[in-house]
Amino acid sequence: MIQIKQIAAAVIMASVVMTAAAATMSVQVKDAPVRATPSFVGQVVGSFAYGDQVEVQQTQGAWSKVARAGVSGWMHTSALSSKKIVLAAGQEQAKVAASGDELALAGKGFNSDVEAQFKAGHKDIDFTWINRMEKIRIPATEMQAFLKDGDVTPKEGGAK
Amino acid sequence: MNMRHSGIPATQGKSTTDYTDFTDIRIRYDIVKSFHISAIRAIRGKIIFVFNCLIRNFTIQILCVLALASLPACETMDTLSEVGAGVAVATGVATPQQGESIKKAGSAVGKTFEAITPEQEYYIGRTVGAVVLNQYKPLNNEAANHYLNVLGQTLTQFSDKPETFGGYHFLVMETEDVNAFSAPGGLIFISRGMIRCCQNEDALAAVLAHEIGHVELQHGLQAINKSRVTSALTILATESAKSFGGQELAQLTEAFEGSITDITSTMMNNGYSRGFERQADRAAVTILQRSGYDPNGLIAMLTQMKKQLKPGGHDFAKTHPSPDSRIEDIVKWVGAAKPVVSPAARQARFQAAAGKI
Repeated sequence: MIQIKQIAAAVIMASVVMTAAAATMSVQVKDAPVRATPSFVGQVVGSFAYGDQVEVQQTQGAWSKVARAGVSGWMHTSALSSKKIVLAAGQEQAKVAASGDELALAGKGFNSDVEAQFKAGHKDIDFTWINRMEKIRIPATEMQAFLKDGDVTPKEGGAK
Repeated sequence: MNMRHSGIPATQGKSTTDYTDFTDIRIRYDIVKSFHISAIRAIRGKIIFVFNCLIRNFTIQILCVLALASLPACETMDTLSEVGAGVAVATGVATPQQGESIKKAGSAVGKTFEAITPEQEYYIGRTVGAVVLNQYKPLNNEAANHYLNVLGQTLTQFSDKPETFGGYHFLVMETEDVNAFSAPGGLIFISRGMIRCCQNEDALAAVLAHEIGHVELQHGLQAINKSRVTSALTILATESAKSFGGQELAQLTEAFEGSITDITSTMMNNGYSRGFERQADRAAVTILQRSGYDPNGLIAMLTQMKKQLKPGGHDFAKTHPSPDSRIEDIVKWVGAAKPVVSPAARQARFQAAAGKI
């Protein structure tokens, strides 16, 4: 009986740890909008930046309700990572950096320095249009109007 | 790692038994790999000790030992040893501290392309895109590119991966070749020739959705030779405690260049596997169905493409399975193929935009 209790305690401890680990996530995209409802048509109430750690309060399909510094709302899960993302690499952070399951070190690996080095060796490769196309960002309101004007009716819920 | 998606030959997914049979290891592996095994044994011993303290039940202990014994029995271990060897080469002799680095690096490296962060995927995609545009001139038509982005970025909202590090962006290539490319992270390029295969917005939506599918499923990253990722992460494992010096940057750039070549040669010359194309078509049908576009648009586009492709051409004919075989699959997913009927307003705006391309 004592052994059963011990096993049960160990299982509960393990599940508590898993829940706690899942509660905090990091924003893994440059700039992620936070919405009032779990949908891309939801009103944008704020945005979080790359590396921001957010508390996940609840999930609904592929959407997570997150909060940080007084801002709360819904983000698509593809914008979030369970890894902690460290922006400024200090010695201590770097020691655990190689443990990729736990922590991603922003700016390491293939980064702007490597791109610059690549450009120096390939002067014929032009990035002008890449920079130009990256600036094309269509606002959610324009997307909604586009769907409506074209008589395109999404299935309820949109992105899964 | 999901080998089904990896594109890595089965022979590279090294057998698991190499590491479960320890008696054979010293014969077959060098000193660094042996050190690495010792480290795993030590860690495993510590974990077993903790479990012993928690659970004083012999049967449970046996089960735990069996479970832990299976821990190294995964495909990640082969890559792990490669990194171990790389670290040893870089540093001379493997010290216990370096062994710890080897151990930590292993969990990241073993996943190969999955170990590439969204930020790194973004930088790879930028350069892949620039290489594509080195071969195909962009169409300098703001209205056309805006229309393509409104349609494309709207569709991404219905994919399983609507958010990427730098977002999805679309561009028309000024060529009559029937072609479309998607760089990792979401830069997507569609040729004028491809747009001319589309007779309505639903068909164009299908082309874009197929490319979004390649991005979502990270097919580009999976074209990267495993050794490049291993090489890059070895540098990270040994040098992450300090800023990169010239030598490390040069090595990383070499791995980067190799990765770009792997992706562009696959995308532009050899083509993805039949399986990857099928997955992208499946993703496209899903996106179209969720968004409200007619998935028959994909069939319509392929039917038209079949008429326009020149056998032996340097475009889609070279890098994609035959339209007929793709249509056969798509019909199974959407039911019977039906002609696309676009509402008047949708057709009018498509014709207005496509007419200028």
